[in-house]
Formats: sequence, structure tokens, C-alpha cells
Amino acid sequence: MDKALTLLSFGPEGWGDEIAWGVVVTVCLAIVTLPFGLFLGFLIALAKKSSEPSLRLAANLYTTLFRGLPELLTLFLVYFGLQIAVQALLKMAGFDFYFEVNSFVAGVIALSFVFSSYASEAFLSAFRGIPEGQYEGGYALGLSRGKTLRLVVLPQLIRLALPALGNSWLVLLKDTSLVSVVGLSDVMRQSGIAARITKEPFMFFGVACLIYLVLAMISSTGLVRIERWSKRGEATR
Amino acid sequence: MISANPTTGMSRPPAPARRWTKTRILGHVLMALWIVSGAWLLYYLAINIASPFVLKYWPEYLSGFFVTLQIVGLSLLIGALLSIPIAAARASKWWFISKPAYCFVYFFRGTPLLAQTFLVYYGAGTFQPQLEAIGLWGMFREAWFCVIFAFSLNTSAYQAEILRGAIQNVSKGQWEGAAALGLSKKITFYKIILPQALIVALRPYGNEIILMLKGSAIAAIVTVFDLFGETRRAYSRSYDFQAYIWAAVIYLFLVEMLRRLWDKIEARLTRHLIR
Repeated sequence: MDKALTLLSFGPEGWGDEIAWGVVVTVCLAIVTLPFGLFLGFLIALAKKSSEPSLRLAANLYTTLFRGLPELLTLFLVYFGLQIAVQALLKMAGFDFYFEVNSFVAGVIALSFVFSSYASEAFLSAFRGIPEGQYEGGYALGLSRGKTLRLVVLPQLIRLALPALGNSWLVLLKDTSLVSVVGLSDVMRQSGIAARITKEPFMFFGVACLIYLVLAMISSTGLVRIERWSKRGEATR
Repeated sequence: MISANPTTGMSRPPAPARRWTKTRILGHVLMALWIVSGAWLLYYLAINIASPFVLKYWPEYLSGFFVTLQIVGLSLLIGALLSIPIAAARASKWWFISKPAYCFVYFFRGTPLLAQTFLVYYGAGTFQPQLEAIGLWGMFREAWFCVIFAFSLNTSAYQAEILRGAIQNVSKGQWEGAAALGLSKKITFYKIILPQALIVALRPYGNEIILMLKGSAIAAIVTVFDLFGETRRAYSRSYDFQAYIWAAVIYLFLVEMLRRLWDKIEARLTRHLIR
């Protein structure tokens, strides 16, 4: 027990500080991905509910692609593909030096693709829950299309989409562990290094699992609060 | 097609010309981008179909493909068997049975599959003496077995939740109706509740299969040469990016086929519900 505590302590002998740094990286990755994914997902949902068939088809192709590829493969495609593409561009421009893609950036891009395709489904089903009369009411008041969307529809949309978006967030949090495979020093990688050096794999991977569980629990309480906040306008029945 | 009204003989006015609105232009531009990239991909695959890379590595991709199918199939099957007692325990009215089941499900749904696989594959070494004592060490030394073990537990937790949710979703009136007809609890469950629950569970089960197929790529990280493992090996030997492109095409094809097949099965099984 003593040995375990020493190994987990914050200090030169312990791995607590390294793993804590990994937690920061994991949380940062998820939080940086979130706005990109949400924004992209919202745009795709708008495209999917558009009356223009070509736009709908383009958006559906996007989600088919990123929901059909394994997350790990998407990450590898972005990580190596970006490297090769940038290298080729540099060569064309006449520069000749070695370019390496940051694993954090590759992770944000790949996870944004995946998250946005799931988020777009959440937004789309939320859009279906808003009656046409809400738009008509907005137009009747003389609001423009953008203003109706922003002031009338969006607040209700968030309320309807929140449960599904919350699930996607939890999935995103778990998916960040995959980025450790391309060398990001997140919880998974740091505990893997600790496990290899101390020869205590079960303890360190167990700690990693517990950290993910705690992050999920914190998120769930946060989501409950956000949901309550989003429903503050609803009359209690 | 009717071009004129038979009673009045008047022809239908022509449909108003569709204007080139901003959304229409955007949609066409995006579609053009997809078509160009799709055509480029097809061209790329066509010129590489007989390339040295494909000739050299296709047998490995094929074997990896079968390993992936094997892992996914076995895990789903074992998970399905395990999920029944877990779901039953989860719905139990005694807390000392339902609480552990809840914790099991929460743990496996709340942590990444990658972490669980590492925990089993690397963590098994910590219990080497105990595992040797019961004669299971030989199995836990195999990455393939560890992957099946971790994936089965993972999917059993998800499937247990699907099953439980579906059974509780069946309305109470069904139980009451069966009781009023004098049917026993057991017969009610197997003949009335379960068939209705499984229809509700069809879609989530399909999603779980696809999730498992996509998640199975993780097996490659712990040295199992499934489809993704073979892809990584081929790339590390050849530094040819087409390794990943072929893998993406195969996975996409597999998932899409599976999704369509599942839609067909669902439509077939629920045809009595269509009004």
C-alpha cells in the first residue's frame, strides 16, 4: 500500500504529477475540440434540413464518411495524411525541410470531424422537434431568417439537443484516449510510461480508468446543471 | 404522367424555374467537391490496384480482415451471453445484486475501450502467480485472447443496458393483460414481453455492432494483427500512404454494408407494425 502511495505521489519518486499533467492535456484536447465540433455539427445539421437536395446529399455524405470510419483510422489518416500533404505543398513551394504534425492538432482535427458528424444528428433531431409555427411566428414579427434562427429557434434547439450532445461529449472524452497512440502525452500515455517503468501496469492503467470515470462523473453533474439552466424558462407542471 | 386535364383539356402550367439561390449554389459547389474527390479516390485506387504494394500486401489485408471479423463476432456473441445475467442483476430488487451490476456497467461504459484493453493486456502480468495457479496464464499472455476478453466485457455492459432499457420500455399493461389471461410470469416474459422488447432493441443492437466493428481497430495497438494491425504493419514497412486509404475503403464498405443489411433485417422483422 505504501509503495502504491509513493508511486502515485507528486514528487521525484511518484508519477502523480506526470499523470496530473496528462489529465490537463486530455481535458484541454476535449475542450478545444468541442467548439469546432459543435459549430461544424450545427452547420451540417442546417445543411441536412435544407430544402436543397444537393446540399442535403453533401452533408449526408460527410456524416456517412465519418461515422463509418473507425475513430482510430480517422486519426491516423489525419495525422499521416496532413504530414504528407503539407510536405508536398512545401516541396512545391520550394522549401525543403522536415515537417512534423503536432499530435494535439491532429487530434483536434480528427475528433472534430467525428464529433461534428454525431452532433449534427443530435441537432437534426432537435430541429425536428421544433414546430414550423416557431419560424412563422418569428417571420410574422418581422425578424430576419438569421435572427429567427438565433433568437427564437436556437434557445429551444439547445434544450432539445442537450441530452444527445451530452452523450456525444462523453464519447468524445473517451475518444481522446486514442490520440495517445500518435504520441500525445495524455492520461493514457503518461500512465503507460509509468506502468512500463515501474512494472506496475495494473495499478497505473487502473488509475487511468478511474480518472476517465471521474471525468465522466464531473461531466454528468455539469450536464445536469446545464440542462436545468436550459429549462429555466419552462413552467413547472 | 398526366400533361393535360382530361375534363378541361387545359395543360398544366410549367413548374416555376428553380432559381439559383445561395444555398443551391453552395450545395452544388460542395457536391462538386465530393464528386471530384470521389473520382480522384477511384482513380487513385484504380491505378494502384495492380501496384507492387497491393500485390505484396493483399494476402495480409485479407487475413487481417478475417481476424477483425473473428474478434468482432466472438466478442459480440460472448457479450450477448454475458449481458443477460447482467441485465437481470441490474433490474433486481435487491441492492446487493443490482448495485454491483450497476457499477460494472458504469465502469465499462464510462472508460475508454483502449484503457480497458490495456488494463487487461498489460495488467494481467500483475496477477501472473494467481493466473498460473488456476492455469489461465497461457491465455492471458496471448494478445488475441486479452482483446476478446476486454471487448466481450465492454460490449456486455452496453448490451445489458440495451436489453434492460428495451424490457422496461414495454408498457406495464402488457404484463397486466397477460396476468389477466392467467399466464404465468415466465411465459409472459418469454412469449409477450421479450419479443416486443427485442424489436425495440433492434436498432441499438445494430449500432452496437457497428460501434464494436469500429472499436476493434484498437486491437491493433496491443499487437493483434487485425485489419488495422496489418495496415499499420504494411505502412511501417512501405511508407506508402495507400495502406491507410485501402483500410479506410474496406472499413467504410464494411460498416455501410452492415448498416444497410441491418436496415433490411429491421424492415423485415417489423413489417407487421407498418400501418
